[in-house]
Amino acid sequence: MTLSGEMLAFTLLSLAAIMGGILLITLDRVVHMVIALVFTFISIAGIYVMLSAEFVAAVQVLIYSGAITIIMLFGIMLTRHNDTNQQTAGIFRKLLLLLGIAGFGIAVYAGIYQLDIPPEETSLHIDNTRKIGTALYSRHIIPFELTSVLLLAALVGAIILAKKDSEKGEEEEG
Amino acid sequence: MTSIPLSAYLVLALVLFCIGLYGALTKKNTVIVLISIELMLNAVNINLVAFSRLGPSPSITGQIFSLFTIAVAAAEAAVGLAVLMSLYNRKKTVNIDEMNSLKH
Repeated sequence: MTLSGEMLAFTLLSLAAIMGGILLITLDRVVHMVIALVFTFISIAGIYVMLSAEFVAAVQVLIYSGAITIIMLFGIMLTRHNDTNQQTAGIFRKLLLLLGIAGFGIAVYAGIYQLDIPPEETSLHIDNTRKIGTALYSRHIIPFELTSVLLLAALVGAIILAKKDSEKGEEEEG
Repeated sequence: MTSIPLSAYLVLALVLFCIGLYGALTKKNTVIVLISIELMLNAVNINLVAFSRLGPSPSITGQIFSLFTIAVAAAEAAVGLAVLMSLYNRKKTVNIDEMNSLKH
């Protein structure tokens, strides 16, 4: 493994991603946690570019660091939170969880660390978006249409869930 | 040609998944639990895209899978937040330890 520009980019991006995750765990304020996670999402978009998936990287920036972060910030602002997010989990329980997750991590790591598939020359980076569009509308057309049904169902469900109870709450108040 | 082995991407995804799992299991605020789950989904997406580029028989299908995952994750975040709002209107709390009405 030589020190190339690609290696440097990968190291920086993965360090930023993991740093964002660690900040999510350690920071005190809820809003800061969400902002820290934006670093992770943008670094993951960079990782996608390295894997010649430019369109997925653009979608990642739009959906995750744009939409989902904003919707989570709305969720935080609209609810009463004591600003600081003190953890209730006892030290014993946290230690046990850490042990379990470390065990899980080591078990998976043992399976993947020497996985070596000889890389092949690909043309994924050429006309990436065009290829995705062609594949979506030809080979994967049924899952694509099902996704639209799913999104519609989620939209209707979210509106009904959020609306019904707020009306009821107003009645109770009034 | 890429010089980074497939296992490096998989290990990065594993670390992010473990961080997300720890956050989802220990945090107290429900919004943070939801966003930790999003982090776990993102780690899975890295795996899909990495295998689509560096796995055996690379093709575009892995990227399309990750697009579907992103769509489902966005729907999940919206519905999860709607449930959270409805619960908040009822119980005036976002503490996940107090959301245990189904227990009784």
